[in-house]
Amino acid sequence: MRKPAFEPGLEKAAEAAERRRGFLLGLPAYVYLVVFFAVPFFIVFVTSFARRSATGATKYDEFSTSAYVKLLDPLVGTIVWRSFWIATITTAVCLLFAYPFAYYIATRRPAVRNALLVLVMIPFWSNFLVRTYAWRFILGSDGPLGTLTEAMGREPFRLLFTPAAILIGLVYGFLPFMVLPLYAAIERLDWRLVEAARDLYADGWTAFRKVTLPLTRSGIIAGSLLVFVPSFGAYVTPAILGGGKDLLLGSYIVTQFGQARNRPLGSALSIVIMAVMLVALMIRNRSGAEEI
Amino acid sequence: MTKAAVELSGVTKHFGEVVALKGIDLAIADGEFFSLLGPSGCGKTTTLRLIAGFEFPTSGSIQIHGKEMALEPPDARPINTVFQSYALFPHMNVERNVGFGLQMKKVNSNEIATRVGRALDMVQLSHRANAKPDQLSGGMQQRVALARALVNEPEVLLLDEPLGALDLKLRQQMQIELKELQERVGITFIYVTHDQEEALTMSDRIGVMDKGELLQVGTPKEIYESPTSRFVADFIGDISLLAVSVVSPTEVRLSGGGNVPADTSNAGDGSHWLALRPESLHLVSAAADVPDGMVRIPGKVRHRVYYGDSYFYDVETTAGSLDVRQENRPGLPTFDAGTELMVWWNPAAGSLVTA
Ligand SMILES: Nc1ncnc2c1ncn2[C@@H]1O[C@H](COP(=O)(O)OP(=O)(O)OP(=O)(O)O)[C@@H](O)[C@H]1O
Ligand SMILES: [Mg+2]
Repeated sequence: MRKPAFEPGLEKAAEAAERRRGFLLGLPAYVYLVVFFAVPFFIVFVTSFARRSATGATKYDEFSTSAYVKLLDPLVGTIVWRSFWIATITTAVCLLFAYPFAYYIATRRPAVRNALLVLVMIPFWSNFLVRTYAWRFILGSDGPLGTLTEAMGREPFRLLFTPAAILIGLVYGFLPFMVLPLYAAIERLDWRLVEAARDLYADGWTAFRKVTLPLTRSGIIAGSLLVFVPSFGAYVTPAILGGGKDLLLGSYIVTQFGQARNRPLGSALSIVIMAVMLVALMIRNRSGAEEI
Repeated sequence: MTKAAVELSGVTKHFGEVVALKGIDLAIADGEFFSLLGPSGCGKTTTLRLIAGFEFPTSGSIQIHGKEMALEPPDARPINTVFQSYALFPHMNVERNVGFGLQMKKVNSNEIATRVGRALDMVQLSHRANAKPDQLSGGMQQRVALARALVNEPEVLLLDEPLGALDLKLRQQMQIELKELQERVGITFIYVTHDQEEALTMSDRIGVMDKGELLQVGTPKEIYESPTSRFVADFIGDISLLAVSVVSPTEVRLSGGGNVPADTSNAGDGSHWLALRPESLHLVSAAADVPDGMVRIPGKVRHRVYYGDSYFYDVETTAGSLDVRQENRPGLPTFDAGTELMVWWNPAAGSLVTA
């Protein structure tokens, strides 16, 4: 009989070595996530059960749910509701703009496609804050619309510091996050299925509704999440373009950590938002798994 | 011929610089099983896509039952397609896939249910009505695709290499099922394949294509036994080609000398070959008698291959080399490599081809 190439059991050692190498590759990311995500999250979590002293100091001396109770305040409800609507409308508008555009890109020749994708990503090359301040000028009374209305002898028209300005800013900022996943989904689509639908007497629009749309659902969901989640808690855009009149979630939380000196409340609100997002993600994964 | 189910006249198709079709004239009769046969890239799929309406011709006319349809969208044509990749909707179950066309035609739901049920019965898939396509085997998916097209009772069914993805055994079984089905429902089939055996066994007529041109249209027998061009002769089955020159309307001269009777009335310009199928050639020993009226030339066995049911000989002659198939039957002589012998054939077996 031939001698085996290696002793029994050695393959286990080889597999273990392989796993160790894999772990080493992931190590920098693990460390990063622990230091910059897990630890801060833990601090926020603990703080949310802390107590605010009369002077505004955060006391960790007892377990308190008072911050969570405070969340039931109608003012918080109004702010959450307003933020939810802004995020929903932002997502819907992004979807409406991005789908046709992503469809257009995905159906071009590869060279044109790449050029268009670069165009989508160009805004990322400059600073988000700078771009948002640019909008402040465009939407303000010194901007094109303002100047035009003034020249017509009217009161200069100004969108700045209105909810519409926040919406424009958010749509502008997050549109690429909607375009890219949609593009990826549409680009992956098997066009023969659309042809098959046309072959089976569906007109162009029906084929789109019955085949293209359901088969690009994963892109719609991914893009919507990527836009909705950051819009919901957005701080920079509402702060710069909204003028801080109608309070939104982001500003409210920032205020709790700053002027209001109520870290437990800010933390509790952050935790609740995170929990809601997590549940939404889980529901999405459940329904997505069945599709893929 | 009655009014053609599909008629193409002068159809060309350019994709930018590429000329995919150079001018196709073709009439396919009602109820016919017509196959398009040709090598990869010759334009079979393009022809089918033009008939289905997925592409529009650069020039020419496409009539379906006498109605000009070259520029109509696919949903306006009384035609359905069975795609090579099946193209089943992955997000719908078998039942909804099959019912899709009827639903689009706004047939009422009771009738859809009945007809889908019948179609699934026909392809023996009733028990998988609720399965998603990716839960089915290749052969089952193929049958769903077939049911999805046939349930609409189209006037013409287009099939683009519908069996290409199946293994040999299943393929042969499906060939028989398809042919039976076509005869039963009486729908015109336009069938694309690059498998010559499939085309020969299933079709009423075959069109052989090369480089965007339709070279010859005929029954399987005509295509196999009387090819008109060197390409068609060479593409289908084994064949030997002897270079000849035309000397009279009834005779050609072999390149090694000697005249052979052949019908040259259709010979065009260009070089000519006498095409001979391996099974129509006979081998006898050099001294043996050959029946009167047969063509004979002396030769020498270069090579012999055993095929079980037959022997395959490569015979060197003064006119060129000949492939000969001899049945492996007790009592028939066999010849070793190097043997001098006589090859003979019936002049009717040879066809004159041009290139
Ligand atoms: N959309 C297209 N754009 C550019 N060229 C094309 C396109 N479709 C087909 N062609 C070209 O047209 C020619 C014919 O292609 P077609 O797909 O009809 O061949 P085919 O006979 O079906 O080949 P196969 O047996 O490989 O399927 C090829 O040269 C192909 O490259
Ligand atoms: Mg093809």
